[in-house]
Amino acid sequence: MSQESLLEISNLKQHFKTGRHSVIKAVDGLNFNIYKGETFGLVGESGCGKSTTGRTIIRLYDATEGEVYFNGENVHGKKDKSELKKFNREMQMIFQDPYASLNPRMKVEDIIAEGMDIHGLVENDKQRKEKVHDLLETVGLDQEHANRYPHEFSGGQRQRIGIARALAVDPSFIIADEPISALDVSIQAQVVNLMKQLQRDKELTYLFIAHDLSMVKYISDRIGVMYFGKMVELADADELYKNALHPYTKSLLSAIPLPDPDYERSRVRFNYDPSDHDTSEEPEFREVGPDHWVLCTTNEFEHYKKQLATV
Amino acid sequence: MEKLLEVNNLHVSFDTYGGEVKAVRGVDFDVHKGETLAIVGESGSGKSVTTKALMQLLPKPPARIKEGEVLFEGRDLAKLSEKQMQKIRGKDLSMIFQDPMTSLNPTMKVGNQIMEGLIKHQKMSKGEAKRRVLELLELVGIPDAESRMKQYPHQFSGGMRQRVVVAIALACNPKLLIADEPTTALDVTIQAQILELMKNIQKKTDSAIIFITHDLGVVANVADRVAVMYAGKIVEIGTVDDIFYNPQHPYTWGLLGSMPSLDSADEDLYAIQGSPPDMIAPPKGDAFAARNDYALKIDLEQEPPMFKVSDSHYAATWLLHEHAPEIEPPESVKRRMKGMARSASGNSEGDQL
Repeated sequence: MSQESLLEISNLKQHFKTGRHSVIKAVDGLNFNIYKGETFGLVGESGCGKSTTGRTIIRLYDATEGEVYFNGENVHGKKDKSELKKFNREMQMIFQDPYASLNPRMKVEDIIAEGMDIHGLVENDKQRKEKVHDLLETVGLDQEHANRYPHEFSGGQRQRIGIARALAVDPSFIIADEPISALDVSIQAQVVNLMKQLQRDKELTYLFIAHDLSMVKYISDRIGVMYFGKMVELADADELYKNALHPYTKSLLSAIPLPDPDYERSRVRFNYDPSDHDTSEEPEFREVGPDHWVLCTTNEFEHYKKQLATV
Repeated sequence: MEKLLEVNNLHVSFDTYGGEVKAVRGVDFDVHKGETLAIVGESGSGKSVTTKALMQLLPKPPARIKEGEVLFEGRDLAKLSEKQMQKIRGKDLSMIFQDPMTSLNPTMKVGNQIMEGLIKHQKMSKGEAKRRVLELLELVGIPDAESRMKQYPHQFSGGMRQRVVVAIALACNPKLLIADEPTTALDVTIQAQILELMKNIQKKTDSAIIFITHDLGVVANVADRVAVMYAGKIVEIGTVDDIFYNPQHPYTWGLLGSMPSLDSADEDLYAIQGSPPDMIAPPKGDAFAARNDYALKIDLEQEPPMFKVSDSHYAATWLLHEHAPEIEPPESVKRRMKGMARSASGNSEGDQL
C-alpha cells in the first residue's frame, strides 16, 4: 500500500441548527487522511457523527467549516457543473438500507446505468446493456436480473445492486455507510468478501462506516474511533485492537461479544466515564506512537506514551 | 433439572394467496428451569414464528398450528382458548421484543404501562402496583424512578426504553421469558449492559429464558444451550460448548465461519452461498443441500434425522451417518473452533494495559 493520501480532511465541522439558539455539533473538528488503496474504518456508537462525516465528505451536506481535499482538490470549494461532475464520478456511496436506497419504480438496468447516462459513459443501447451485464456479473448476479424491479430481490441481492451502481462510473473512492448492518450474518460474509475482492481487482479506496467492530477490524487497514463528533483515537487496525489507549476505545472493545463461550465467560467489561479525563486543558489530537493518534491533554499524552513504551 | 417447557413436533403454517408457507416444520426442544436456550438462524428460518407460536401471538388466520404440542408445566398451550391464554401471557410467560420504540405505547406513561400487568394478573391495588414499579425500575437500572415513571417513552433513550420493556416483561416474575432479538437495535455498549442486566435478573429470579438472535457473539455470552434453526427446523442443538467447539452441521460451520474473529488474517470469510429456500415449496430432502458444499447424494433425496453426537448434542446431517464419508470442517472454521481461546487471551492482555 502506498502512503499517498487520496483524501485529506482538515478541521471538518458539520453543525445542524435545531432551533433559534440550539446547535447540534454532529461533527466537530475532524482531521485525518485516507491513503490510496486502503480501507479506512470509522466506528462509534449511534449519534457519534460517523454517518454525517461520510455524507459531508461526499458533499451530501455542505460543511459548516473545514476542508476536504480529494486528490489535492477541495471538495467543498466553489465548483461549476463540469468540475462537480468529474468529482462525482470519482466518489461513490453505498448506503445502509438496501430497501430504501433503490428506486422501486426503476428497473435494475436503469438503476445501475443512471450514473453512466449522466456522465455519458456509453454511446449506444447495446453498449449500455453490455456494461450493465458485466457489472451484474462482477457483483455475483445474473444477466437476467437486469429487467427486474428491486422488490423481486432479497436484501443481500439488493445490496449487490447498490454496489454495482456505485461501480458503474468507475470511481476510485467508495464510501460505504453501514453496508452490511441490515443483512443476515451469512449474507454479510458474502458482501464483505465481494467488497474485498473488488478492492483488489479495481484498486479501490474505501471509507467503511460501521458499528460492528469485529467486521470493521476484519476489513480495515486503519480505524478511527469517533465519540460525540470528535475522533478520539486513530491507528492501524491491529494496533488499535492490541494497544487501545483512549478509555472510550477500550470500553468499546471490551463490549464486543465474541463467538467463543470460554472467552465470554471471562470477558471483563470496561466502563467509560468521560469525567475521568484530565480537564486542565482542551484535549488535542496528538500522535502518541507511529501513526497512532489519540485525543488527549499534555498530561495524558505523556501518560499514554509511557503506556505504549511498556508494550 | 426440572422441565419447564416441552415443544413436540411443532408445525406452523401461514395460508397466503401464494400458497401455504410452511414456516415451522417439526420442531422439538425442551427448556429447563433457570436455563437460557438461544435459538439462532437467518431471517426467515422460523425462529420468531416458533416463539410467537408458544405465546399464541400469531394472528390466526393466516397462521395455523398444524400439528404438535407446546407443553408448559404439563399444559398444552396450543389448545388453550384466547381467554385462558390471556391469564398466562404476561404472567408466567412474557416476551421482550426487538424494537423498544414499537413495543411501547407512545401515548401512555411508562409507569402505567408497567402497572398494567400487575393490576390485571396479580390483582394489586394501584398503590401496591406503584411501589412494585419503583422496585422494578430500580432493578433494571433506571435512576430517579419516581419521576421517570411519569414520563412518556419518547423521553427515554433507546437503551433506557429497552430497560422499560425488560421491566414490563419481568413485572409478574415470569417463569419463562422469551427475548426476541432484544439487543439487535442497540449499540454494543448498551447491548452489553442489557445482557448483563438480564443475566443478573435471571440469577435472582431463576426464570428460564429463550433468547432469539442471529449474533453468535451474544449467544456465546448468554446461552447455556443453543438450537440452530434452518428452514423451519432445528438442524443442530447442544450445549453452548458443543455448538461452538464441536459443531457437526455444515450450516453451523457456515454461521461460525462467516463471522470474522479479531485475529483473522487477510483471507476471505467462509460464506454460505446463495440464500434460504422458498418456504412455500421447501426442497425435497435436506433443505440446506443446495447451499451446502458438503452435500451428499442422499441429501437431495431424503431428509436427515437427528443423529446423536452426545447426550446433550444432536445434529440433523447425513454426515453423521455411519456410512457417510469422513469430512472435516473447513480450515477457517476449524481454526475458529480451536484457536479462538488462544487469540482471545492475547487480546485481553492488550486490554488490560
